Amino acid sequence: MVWSWFHVLILFPFLFAIIVPFLDRFFKTRIHTGWFVLFVPVILFISLLRYIPVVSNGETILLTIPWVPSLGINFTTYIDGLSLIFALLISGVGALVVLYSIYYMSKEREALHNFYVYILLFMGAMLGVVFSDNLFVLYVFWELTSISSFLLIAYWYERKRSRYGAQKSMLITIFGGLSMLAGFVMLSMITDTYSIREMINQREVIAGHALFLPAMILLLLGAFTKSAQFPFSIWLPDAMEAPTPISAYLHSATMVKAGIYLVARFTPVFGGSAEWFWIVSSVGIVTLLYGSVTAVRQIDLKALLAYSTISQLGLIMSLLGLGSAAVYYGNGDESAFFAVAVLAAIFHLVNHSTFKGSLFMVVGIIDHETGTRNIRRLGGLLSLMPISFTVALIGSFSMAGLPPFNGFLSKEMFFTGVLNSMSLPIFGMEKFGVIFPVIAWIASVFTFIYSMILLFKTFAGQYYPERLEKEAHEAPIGMLISPVILASLVIVIFFFPNVLSDYVLQPALVSILPALADSGGIDVQITAWHGLTTELFMTIGVVVLGTLMYLTLRKWKGIYSFFSTEGRLNILYDQGIEKMESFSYGLTNRYMTGSVRDYLVYIFGFMILIVGGSLLLLDGLAFNFATDVPITTYEIGIVIGIVLSGLIVIFAKSRLTAIIALGALGYFVSILFVLFRAPDLALTQLVVETATVALFLLCFYHLPEFKKRGKGVGFKLTNLIISLGVGILFTAIALSADANRLFEPISGFFEQSYELAGAKNIVNAILVDFRGFDTMLEIVVLMIAALGVFTLIKLRLDRRDGEE
Amino acid sequence: MKRPNDLLLRAVSKVAVLIILTFSINLFYSGHHNPGGGFIGGLGVTAALILLFLTYDIETVTDNLPVDFKKVAAIGVLIAVGTGAGSFFFDAAFLSQTFGYFDIPVFGKTELATAVLFDLGVALAVIGSAVTIIQTISEDE
Repeated sequence: MVWSWFHVLILFPFLFAIIVPFLDRFFKTRIHTGWFVLFVPVILFISLLRYIPVVSNGETILLTIPWVPSLGINFTTYIDGLSLIFALLISGVGALVVLYSIYYMSKEREALHNFYVYILLFMGAMLGVVFSDNLFVLYVFWELTSISSFLLIAYWYERKRSRYGAQKSMLITIFGGLSMLAGFVMLSMITDTYSIREMINQREVIAGHALFLPAMILLLLGAFTKSAQFPFSIWLPDAMEAPTPISAYLHSATMVKAGIYLVARFTPVFGGSAEWFWIVSSVGIVTLLYGSVTAVRQIDLKALLAYSTISQLGLIMSLLGLGSAAVYYGNGDESAFFAVAVLAAIFHLVNHSTFKGSLFMVVGIIDHETGTRNIRRLGGLLSLMPISFTVALIGSFSMAGLPPFNGFLSKEMFFTGVLNSMSLPIFGMEKFGVIFPVIAWIASVFTFIYSMILLFKTFAGQYYPERLEKEAHEAPIGMLISPVILASLVIVIFFFPNVLSDYVLQPALVSILPALADSGGIDVQITAWHGLTTELFMTIGVVVLGTLMYLTLRKWKGIYSFFSTEGRLNILYDQGIEKMESFSYGLTNRYMTGSVRDYLVYIFGFMILIVGGSLLLLDGLAFNFATDVPITTYEIGIVIGIVLSGLIVIFAKSRLTAIIALGALGYFVSILFVLFRAPDLALTQLVVETATVALFLLCFYHLPEFKKRGKGVGFKLTNLIISLGVGILFTAIALSADANRLFEPISGFFEQSYELAGAKNIVNAILVDFRGFDTMLEIVVLMIAALGVFTLIKLRLDRRDGEE
Repeated sequence: MKRPNDLLLRAVSKVAVLIILTFSINLFYSGHHNPGGGFIGGLGVTAALILLFLTYDIETVTDNLPVDFKKVAAIGVLIAVGTGAGSFFFDAAFLSQTFGYFDIPVFGKTELATAVLFDLGVALAVIGSAVTIIQTISEDE
């Protein structure tokens, strides 16, 4: 099977994006465009559900269609537990977000066609990322997610902050993407394949290779920038300038998890090494701490959620890092013991999408209905917006890790994971292992505090209508559907975690740790109560200390003014951008002088260096005069004519003389063609010469007074060296091309022109038939040049008119 | 452009342009078996037009020959690409050319080749591009 429905499914969002603008124009102000777009994620989600039974049986599906077969690039989709869980999140959350956006985005005021085209573009790209088995196809989709994220952040492009945030996210994630590409290139060099699955099979080869560490670090740079890990996290808070549905979708539920996906996908390749273990887990745990501590001081609700997202992504990342130790052990009890961390990571990934999605939507509602997100202005919304409050309560208690919400379960598993990793006898964990539970616990305390801030500062306390731009009231029912669905999932997952675990989480675990495939995952029952364990005491400690600290927040918040990492990082970024801009501006100004002579110096200089250099280095210089025909008197005469007219051009006192001498030179050359019995060339040369002289004469009117530029000896010497260099170089190339016979001449083929093309004129048969493709492109280039001349001159004229 | 006293030039041009144009068309058609072809033919026509531009005012020529040469170039490229794409209808590779011998009244046995169509595109592209460049530069005051 060459083509499959599954590929169509992935490309479906792209295809649908094409018709969105037409739908929008046709139904403008009658039906919200979002209703049409809603079909896409819903259809995707339902179609993907069909794969759950297949994948939970431990099967994987591989479908390939050739894309650029000559380069070995195939659009291979690989469906396994890991890709399926991401795809379900993308389509599921996508459907809810689109539904929510129908009420959030006004159909009268907003440019909806842009919004939905970008969102579909993102959806398709994200599906492409998680289903591609080919590294370079994955890369293309990966960058496409960055680009669609850029477009969506800059959706309200008339705002300066939006443009700033969009550019920041673009620069950072594309920087990561490019280093990831370099890592991919190294990996494909090592393994001689582009397929991720085949790389997993060759993991010993990769582990023993000298490029192992560089490839790993470059790849991780891509993952860390995308998933906003410290210190690349600075782009995420600025990305909150996007409309709230976008923040909920891209910047908390899906796109930022692409980095997590990449790390999970490459755990079988790199996992089991000390470097991978330490880099991933320590970056993750630092990000966890940094995000949660910074979130507490935020006064903008979306900024608080952004830092919270950073922190939660760090949590998942560190779990993946700690769990990679299981790869070291292969299959066995020890492996299963440490694999709990990976299972916790996947579980928290799902949970985070549910509670964070609902919280973002609630914040969006608050913003929409009150006109502000500033917690200093908000308060007392409890009685005014009861449904939003309930959803926010569920979401933030889940985020804080309290029962009976799913966050409690994954937070407990997170503690289990870090506690288990303490007993690792490898990678130096026997010495430093205790760091992880301690940091994890501190970060959880801060997570608890900011969850409480989010909930109580907004909904409890005193209501001040005069501080709000609008009179607060509950959101329309349509806007509440999506957050309510997500919030009920938060509770449902708490009560039935093992259904989710068996069908979705365990298959994903097997994809990350293939050694466990035989046993079909690990034997872990997720339960809310597992006795008086260390994890439970840790949670109780978090709640007690967290509550105390929340109540005394006013007293110790002053500490923050002493260390402001996020401010410092942003200053570093801003100054870096400023320096780079001024540097490149200066550099460009230095060589873009506006003088044609300078540009010709660059062009010819590089030509002499590169062509001449390779001629010498590759030993191509060869002369063979043995087969040459004797030189006739005519030819000598014409060459003397050519040289003379060349000299006249150089020493001419007026432009007119120089132009005519140049024309004479051309006519001499065409006579030379006649002597060599090449009438076509001679004719062409004659006509071209005529046209060029006429053109020069036209330009002559526009050129300034012709005078020898008094630039001194250096100027003339440069000219002399370059012209001599070009002359000698091309003489050498022409002679060497004649002397080096690397293969049989192909002229024999062209001599059959009468039989093959019905043409007695070989030259023309070559032009229009044998090498017709070249001719076609040549005339295209010619036309582009003509249009270029036209636009350059006309544009300049228009501008001059405007100035007058 | 300046208007020098150029009676001689004008008198010669009137005849010369006709000769150059005829010769160019001849060059274009003879390209299949003899020296010539679309490129040279196109350049010949361009040369004739340049002569007109030089002899008469550019405005005069443009008024009497109201052709947008940018479009000529575009049409030329389209014809060339179109004949290439036409190969698809005959299940042949892009830009395949073919030829055949036909008996046509008056002319007798004549060879007709698809390459002529392609060459026509080349000729139009050359004329259009070259004249566009010259017109644009000379109009730039």
